[in-house]
Amino acid sequence: MSKKILINGKEHEFEENLTLIQALELTDIEVPRFCYHDKLSIAGNCRMCLVEVKGAPKPVASCHFSLSDLRPGPNGELPEVLTNTDQVHNARKGAMEFLLVNHPLDCPICDQGGECDLQDQALHYGINKSRYKENKRAVDNKNIGPLVKTTMTRCIHCTRCVRFTSEVAGTEELGAIHRGENMEITTYLEKGMSSELQGNIIDLCPVGALTSKPYEYHARPWELRKTESIDVMDGIGSNIRIDSKGSEVMRIMPRYNEEINEEWISDKTRFVWDGLKTQRIDTPYIRENGKLIPVSWDIALTLLTKLIKKTDPDRIGAIAGDMVSAEEMFLMKKLMEKIGSNKYDCRQDGSILGNQYGRSSYIFNPTIAGIENADAIVIIGSNPRMESPVLNARIRKRWLTGNLSLYVIGQEHDLTYDYTFIGDSPKSIDLKNIPLSDFKNIIWLLGDDVFLRDDGTIILSQVIDCAEKTGSIREDWNGVAVLHKYASRVAGLDLDFLPQDEKYCAKKMASSSEIELLFLLDADEVDAKNKHTVYIGSHGDRGATNADIVLPGACYTEKNGLYMNTEGRLQETNRAVFPPGDARDNWKIIVEISKRVKKSLNYTNFEDVRAGLRKEYPIFSNINHIESDTFHGLDQLSNRKQKLNGNAFSNTITDYYLTNSIARSSKVMGECSMQKNSIEIKNG
Amino acid sequence: MTENKKNNNNFSFTKENLLLAERELKKYPKGREGSAIISILWIAQRQNKGWLSSDIIDYIAKFLDLPQIRVMEIATFYTMFNLNPVGAHHFQICGTTPCMLSGSEKLKSLLREEIGEQSSVSKDNLSWVEVECLGACCNAPVIQINDDYYEDLAVTDLKNIIDDLRSKKEIKPGSYKDRLSSAPDNKNIKILTEDEIEEIAKNRTKPGLEAKNA
Repeated sequence: MSKKILINGKEHEFEENLTLIQALELTDIEVPRFCYHDKLSIAGNCRMCLVEVKGAPKPVASCHFSLSDLRPGPNGELPEVLTNTDQVHNARKGAMEFLLVNHPLDCPICDQGGECDLQDQALHYGINKSRYKENKRAVDNKNIGPLVKTTMTRCIHCTRCVRFTSEVAGTEELGAIHRGENMEITTYLEKGMSSELQGNIIDLCPVGALTSKPYEYHARPWELRKTESIDVMDGIGSNIRIDSKGSEVMRIMPRYNEEINEEWISDKTRFVWDGLKTQRIDTPYIRENGKLIPVSWDIALTLLTKLIKKTDPDRIGAIAGDMVSAEEMFLMKKLMEKIGSNKYDCRQDGSILGNQYGRSSYIFNPTIAGIENADAIVIIGSNPRMESPVLNARIRKRWLTGNLSLYVIGQEHDLTYDYTFIGDSPKSIDLKNIPLSDFKNIIWLLGDDVFLRDDGTIILSQVIDCAEKTGSIREDWNGVAVLHKYASRVAGLDLDFLPQDEKYCAKKMASSSEIELLFLLDADEVDAKNKHTVYIGSHGDRGATNADIVLPGACYTEKNGLYMNTEGRLQETNRAVFPPGDARDNWKIIVEISKRVKKSLNYTNFEDVRAGLRKEYPIFSNINHIESDTFHGLDQLSNRKQKLNGNAFSNTITDYYLTNSIARSSKVMGECSMQKNSIEIKNG
Repeated sequence: MTENKKNNNNFSFTKENLLLAERELKKYPKGREGSAIISILWIAQRQNKGWLSSDIIDYIAKFLDLPQIRVMEIATFYTMFNLNPVGAHHFQICGTTPCMLSGSEKLKSLLREEIGEQSSVSKDNLSWVEVECLGACCNAPVIQINDDYYEDLAVTDLKNIIDDLRSKKEIKPGSYKDRLSSAPDNKNIKILTEDEIEEIAKNRTKPGLEAKNA
């Protein structure tokens, strides 16, 4: 139902289920607020959003006032709302004065300074001197973990953080103890927080009470250069903003994207930035007498050229890592083809998920936003809370609205919502076990780890079979959803960065003596035992330790690149800073190698590379677009007569905070991991 | 701030209290048992000699399937819950306006003298704390000792009460002025004879009725 109201004398029409603040926002009227947040429940305790409603004896809190409660005037006039009268201004001024009574005047040493809601709004509604002569209250700071720094004296008790942790993050850890003037926000007995989304309370805090611990006193917001980019820590490609100062990334913030991450990002995404500065490879290295010694680009590349020329092309292989862009994989594939090898793989974890069954078989078809339309979700062999905390928060959001049936086949974890456990092995994927007959939009969420099993594709075909039988593959709904853990995987499958023969899959290539020269393109998760390995990448992690030649590359904050997220949505990263030292863009390195071995790839600049990629793979043309497809070739699978084995599903992420080379280089992630482990030991 | 001192004994409800607690739970629909938290905390506090230790918070969180911080929020919000040990006789003195005007300040200084600082337990197992309005303003000043109200207290009355408690004598709850509950003083009460009642009834005018009749 829509309703007509007068706002400041102008007539507007809105849906009746809106609150006043939402309606005012739609008409571009700015309403100051501290406690109201459109992704959280309404608290109504800051009283900053007061407006005047004709006929109401007092100003009303617009965040809490529903349009349907507005009454017409005595002669049937339209209900009228006023936002710019003296009464409104004075009421807000009064609310502000009370908030400032106990707020310290430490803006010069507060990290929130410059992006503080209280500071900004005090400009409009603050009074220029204090009438409060008594002592301000002081509150002890709380230690709630290595990520969030607390200065509780600054807290204005908006309770956004409390509502976030209990509603979105699903770990009820923060609360407000005591009351009145003694109210304090804390965790129970000051335990550290355990949520993977806790960093978001820093953004939510309208004042400087909760700030980022690693970013403490590092920079002021107005000094930072802001670059819009994409995160590569997990498969969903959260939208981020990289704030940099000079040549350093100072922090990472979320960027609003309703389709993917709403406005949350996981802690790994947010706090991994200190790993971008440590353990960096900033100059080429070659191995001499068992030791890596720094050399010039020329020496390293000459040596590499010799190696390539000396080696039989059939014995050269390449493995792409989990954080490389589509362009890099495209070039690497071209290079390998020019050299004369078809042995390359983008699945360093040993996954057997190929692209032979159509694009739909390896993407998250229902889309992340589509989770909100689901009425049943079957989670198979996945722990979404570890594999993608933000996506897990979306499932929880849907679960909170009710009427969602959740089933889990695989390991039982605390996923922050209730579910029915069906079984721990693929044998349980049977419609007899799962009561699904009453549902329309069913999501079959398959974890990446399923495809580390030998029977991974059989499981896939069985799931697709079940999905078809339950009517969850229709024109308007495709419920088969593969949740990828890695940012580069879908692009790799789209690019066909796969070996012709499963004999040359990443795991086997790395351990076989047949491959004499192995390129590791930012691949750190394989244990290469080949005669020679060449590592092209950014961090001195597992890959570089065993390499014979190390070529310094750029990480995701330092390059432009295309990434496909787990939905198959194309997104791009933008360069925020330049790679350190002598490190170069990975695409330049690959093109340079191609020139040296006289198999030149004719690309002179990055635009050429991207154009070349788009010409051959038009799927990489439209940013933010999801190319849909169908399943095909599945009937072959059912003919193959392979059998499911009864082994229980396992999840490979044992430590959420240390899943890639950047995270492993990060001190902050290390601290988080230590805290998490100590909590687990304590709890037995 | 009040710190939650850990009790060494692992707390669990006694048989009778478990029955009581389960009766409270039954008052709420399934899945909403957390709503019984105040009654449950109260039962636990009575069992634990008037205060809640952190292992009780843990126990009740498990009992009601609530996060610990939610239990802590309730336990710290209401002054009826003590998070520190209290004496066998716990004085809650009202310090709100009517009591203050009727002399609660004097009572407070007596308590400070006799028992010690607020929220501390004396050697003879007494403790006191100032609370907000106890809702017996017409009998101000008021002190609640454990479950009973002691009203219309003069300093000497309170002194006597404390002395009696120390010598393990019974103390009398209720008003310490010569009156029943909050009725007028006994000396101002006059019992009317039947004639007098008739006289009053005769003289009473009924303006409302008269107006109607006219």
